[in-house]
Amino acid sequence: MDYTAAQSGFRQRKLQPNMRLRNSSVDGPDGSQLFDDTSAAGPGAQGVYRNQQAGPQAAGLPGQSFLSDPMSNLAMVYGSSLASQGREMVDKNLDRFIPISKLKYYFAVDTVYVGKKLGILVFPYMHESWEVCYQQDIPVAPRFDVNAPDLYIPTMGFITYILVAGLALGTQDRFSPELLGVQASSALVWLIMEVLVVLLSLYLVTVNTDLTTIDLLAFSGYKYVGMIVGVVAGLLFGKTAYYLSLLWCCAAIFVFMIRTLRLKLLSEAAAEGKLVRGARNQLRMYLTMSIAAAQPIFMYWLTYHLIR
Amino acid sequence: MAFTLYSLIQAAILCINAVAVLHEERFLSKIGWGGDQSVGGFGDEPGIKVQLMNLIRSVRTVMRVPLIGVNSVCIVLLLLFG
Repeated sequence: MDYTAAQSGFRQRKLQPNMRLRNSSVDGPDGSQLFDDTSAAGPGAQGVYRNQQAGPQAAGLPGQSFLSDPMSNLAMVYGSSLASQGREMVDKNLDRFIPISKLKYYFAVDTVYVGKKLGILVFPYMHESWEVCYQQDIPVAPRFDVNAPDLYIPTMGFITYILVAGLALGTQDRFSPELLGVQASSALVWLIMEVLVVLLSLYLVTVNTDLTTIDLLAFSGYKYVGMIVGVVAGLLFGKTAYYLSLLWCCAAIFVFMIRTLRLKLLSEAAAEGKLVRGARNQLRMYLTMSIAAAQPIFMYWLTYHLIR
Repeated sequence: MAFTLYSLIQAAILCINAVAVLHEERFLSKIGWGGDQSVGGFGDEPGIKVQLMNLIRSVRTVMRVPLIGVNSVCIVLLLLFG
């Protein structure tokens, strides 16, 4: 199976077809590829039919004179159809603001994937092939490809980081429940700013890439794993352990980001390691290096005040 | 260090205001960043400066009217709640 042909066609930023394809892979009969779907049909359609069947059936039950009246039957059916229509409208409008179906792709993970990915985040030096697999122009769900970005690890990492920060502040007798909220919003603000700055720099350098905003969010969220490891080591074994493990995790995240972004941002020739001259390739190289270098800086910035 | 989401929103509003007050004729053209000077050849080499100029011009065009509303709301809120 040769994925390189499909990949070279994918260097361009085809935003609309990409998003539409990701959407279509979730809905429809292929939806079971992302998740093990145990429901037979959509819940909305089922609800309407179930209500319609329940109406006449309830009329047949003894003692239900209220429901034997055909008018109230009609009213119940009409009410349930109104409710399902309202729900569809809410879903459709919500989908316009928060792309829920696209988000589902990023949470299609399983334990094996999470384990492997955490291993790569902490020790990326033995991993050989960093390319994302595609399947008929659709990026494969994370549970089938360990190189695909996901949002599960960043979300869990963020929440764990806040809890560990609370724990660390507690050991220094500086804890209060409001501080958890302050830490959370602080880290969230830094994350949003980092994603916005990366988006801006990608726009300015006019890189043709199929990196979406959510992909960038996922990559920026991977550093929380290293931060947690560092802070826990510092809590257990003291300041030296904190610095050592933070150093290790910073180097690991640096290598991970460079190897992942190299394939997405640089042109094909440069990504394969050949030296390609030209101002544009140099600019892209600098961009990749600076995105990767920003991760250790943030990792230190967000954790140094927790270990005193 | 203790950032809140509200401070991020405030910073964003200030930055967009700063971009919106850059006048096309009186200032940007004088320093060679005017919108009519973004002529480039075809091909995929716009360069950073041209991209920045396009960005400034599009921000000014798009955000001019919403900024009126957002700034008024911000002023009222700051007057009322400090």
